Amino acid sequence: MSGEALPPPTGGEVGPLGAAPLGAPQLSGPQVGADEWVARHGQRREYLPSWLGQAQQALDRVGWWPRLAIAAIAGAVLPMLGLGGFQLQVGIDALVIALLAVGLNIVVGSAGMLDLGYVAFFGFGAYAFALLSSAKIGAHGIHLTSVLSVPIVMLGAGVLGLLVGLPSRRLVGDYLAIVTLFFGEAFVEFTNNVAPGVLGGPNGIVGIDTIHGLGYQLTTNKSYYYLLVVLLVATMAVLRLLDTSRTGRAWRAVREDPLAAASMTIPVDRVKLMAFAFGAMVAALAGTIFAAQQISVFPTDFDTPILILVYAGLILGGAGSIAGAATGALVVMVIYDGLLRSPTDSGYLFYGLIVLAVLAKLRPWRRLALVVVATVALGFAAHAIARAISASWVAGGPQSTGLLGQALRNWVIVPASPQTAGNIGFVVLICMLIALVQLKGRWRTLLLVPTIYLASFVWETVLSANPSVTRQLMIGAILIVMMNARPQGLLGARRVEVAT
Amino acid sequence: MTTAEAAGPDIAVPVLSLAQLSLSFGGLRALSELDLTVGDCEIVSLIGPNGAGKTTVFNVVTGVYEPSSGDVRFAGQSIAGHEPHKIADLGIARTFQSLRLFMNMSVIDNVMAATYGGTRATPVESVLRLPWARREERRARELAEEILSFFGQRLAGYRWDQPAYSLSYANRRRLEIARALATKPRLLLLDEPAAGMNPAETHEITELIGQLREERNVAILVIEHDMHVVAGCSDRVIALDHGVKIAEGDFDTVANHPAVVEAYMGRDPEALAESG
Repeated sequence: MSGEALPPPTGGEVGPLGAAPLGAPQLSGPQVGADEWVARHGQRREYLPSWLGQAQQALDRVGWWPRLAIAAIAGAVLPMLGLGGFQLQVGIDALVIALLAVGLNIVVGSAGMLDLGYVAFFGFGAYAFALLSSAKIGAHGIHLTSVLSVPIVMLGAGVLGLLVGLPSRRLVGDYLAIVTLFFGEAFVEFTNNVAPGVLGGPNGIVGIDTIHGLGYQLTTNKSYYYLLVVLLVATMAVLRLLDTSRTGRAWRAVREDPLAAASMTIPVDRVKLMAFAFGAMVAALAGTIFAAQQISVFPTDFDTPILILVYAGLILGGAGSIAGAATGALVVMVIYDGLLRSPTDSGYLFYGLIVLAVLAKLRPWRRLALVVVATVALGFAAHAIARAISASWVAGGPQSTGLLGQALRNWVIVPASPQTAGNIGFVVLICMLIALVQLKGRWRTLLLVPTIYLASFVWETVLSANPSVTRQLMIGAILIVMMNARPQGLLGARRVEVAT
Repeated sequence: MTTAEAAGPDIAVPVLSLAQLSLSFGGLRALSELDLTVGDCEIVSLIGPNGAGKTTVFNVVTGVYEPSSGDVRFAGQSIAGHEPHKIADLGIARTFQSLRLFMNMSVIDNVMAATYGGTRATPVESVLRLPWARREERRARELAEEILSFFGQRLAGYRWDQPAYSLSYANRRRLEIARALATKPRLLLLDEPAAGMNPAETHEITELIGQLREERNVAILVIEHDMHVVAGCSDRVIALDHGVKIAEGDFDTVANHPAVVEAYMGRDPEALAESG
């Protein structure tokens, strides 16, 4: 048969669903509008109902670049509100992690490679900068101006990224994760054990120059804060430009389906290597600023805890979204490093989360009111009974101070020696939480009241007294809540898993 | 360059020619000594029962598998064992039997991703948005829009920024064809383009295949089980069974060929009794 035997491509045949024939000129009619309306259904469902959804939509109408500008201005104004030394240091740490998360987003979010050795590039940047800016090498040391040393370190990290990527580029999924994790640990071991005369072993390198060059020298924390804001915004801008170019599309195509990408002219291996190199360069940039601000580097600075924080930020913010990665990292670090260190601040966060969850999830209003009244009543009643039995049962007083402490004083029971009771309470609380998940309807509501009270008891007796443990638990809890409420992360786009 | 044996009058130089192509996986012979040509702007259908080796032919041509022996020539140049992305660059594009779209990318990005090989801007040039990098990007977008417009209402403008996963099944198949076209192919390999489509959509696909050849000057090698499509669009039909070519010719000849009937239906029991 030849081509002429084809039925003529005119509009004679209309399918059962009113489908327009192919190649027909763009028709306009009511069903087109309906079709579009149906097709946009998913988009509309992305938004929350009521005014919250409208606010979301309004925010979405603001373009990416204006939003970045607003965020930059907010970042610049923040220190003028009178941040103390501690807050400023939290801000600096948060910005360093945000820079790392934005770089990791290239590898994990865009190119879809689970790189667990990412922190090694951060460490490489810090150590390389330290060597170029201290008395470690040569008789008088190299005190290279930062205008040169930072770009040199970044280029070196890019090359290192290529070298690590070269053997790893054919690995996918679990294998890539474990191989890169080895690389990350190898870096820590390397700095701990190799050439202690230069790298300093566990004692690290101290006496590193601050960022200097062109006649300027950055010494104050405030100047580092501003430098990091500028660098973060600039990096985000560059990565946005890259993300919307052919390179960014190729990264995402390789993430989605490497075989299909290769069949569509994309050189998969080279594209993966580029992602590795760019990620490494951003990590090294963060490393140089980190080293200069700390004036010292130690192997433990580049171990797994940092990796966990960067990943927590990336996932919380939404992998694949540049703004999400930065926002997530800032949120995680401010909560983890800032709020969860002081009992009162972390108390506000803890009770705030409980109140928010109860407000958001409990319906109808009658049930919500019932739970709130019952919980408050239960607390005062339990406190009064405990005091009647023995004054020592309530002699501890809550860990929280200030207004929160005042409010809780006659509500939550804190014994004079809270440790044992708190530990038992913690185990019981876990059991009650599991029961809460299993129960349905009325029984769940009923159990919710003592659970909230017990949670408060455990918080005031043991949790807030051990911030180093509690903040890990809290970050875990926040991630669990996030996964249930918004799996795509704060600013991430909804994704479907593709089964192949 | 081999000459086309079963060429029609309008076919001069074969775009694709497989010569004595064999592929084995261990002891399993997936293809054996297969000869196949596709002429310029010709539409050839590849039919055969499940497991006959049809998709394997595609995988060898696109470089997913390296042939055990024999040669694959594209416009006279041997491409056996080349990397898939280089073969795609030369001008062979394909769709997949089980859809392999970039599901979490927008419709337009799916198509634009396939322009990678046709564009040159390095990451640095893209970030600096140099004038010619901008121009190249604009041209890629125009190409994508033009290709999507080819599908009319189905992939109309309001869908371009929606993620591919939000498309219906039939539209996903269309988008895969659109994506393949964005590589500017000379040869298009369609793997069961009408699978899972209703009769109206199947009819559309048949028309579309003809239109693609007329308007975009591509040769098309299509695997299809739906005989309406095969009858409606092919210049020539090739039947495979167990990796061996069992018949070749126009649709009627192949459809009535005893070997083809046997491959699909099994042997006539009476004939078996006679021969046995």
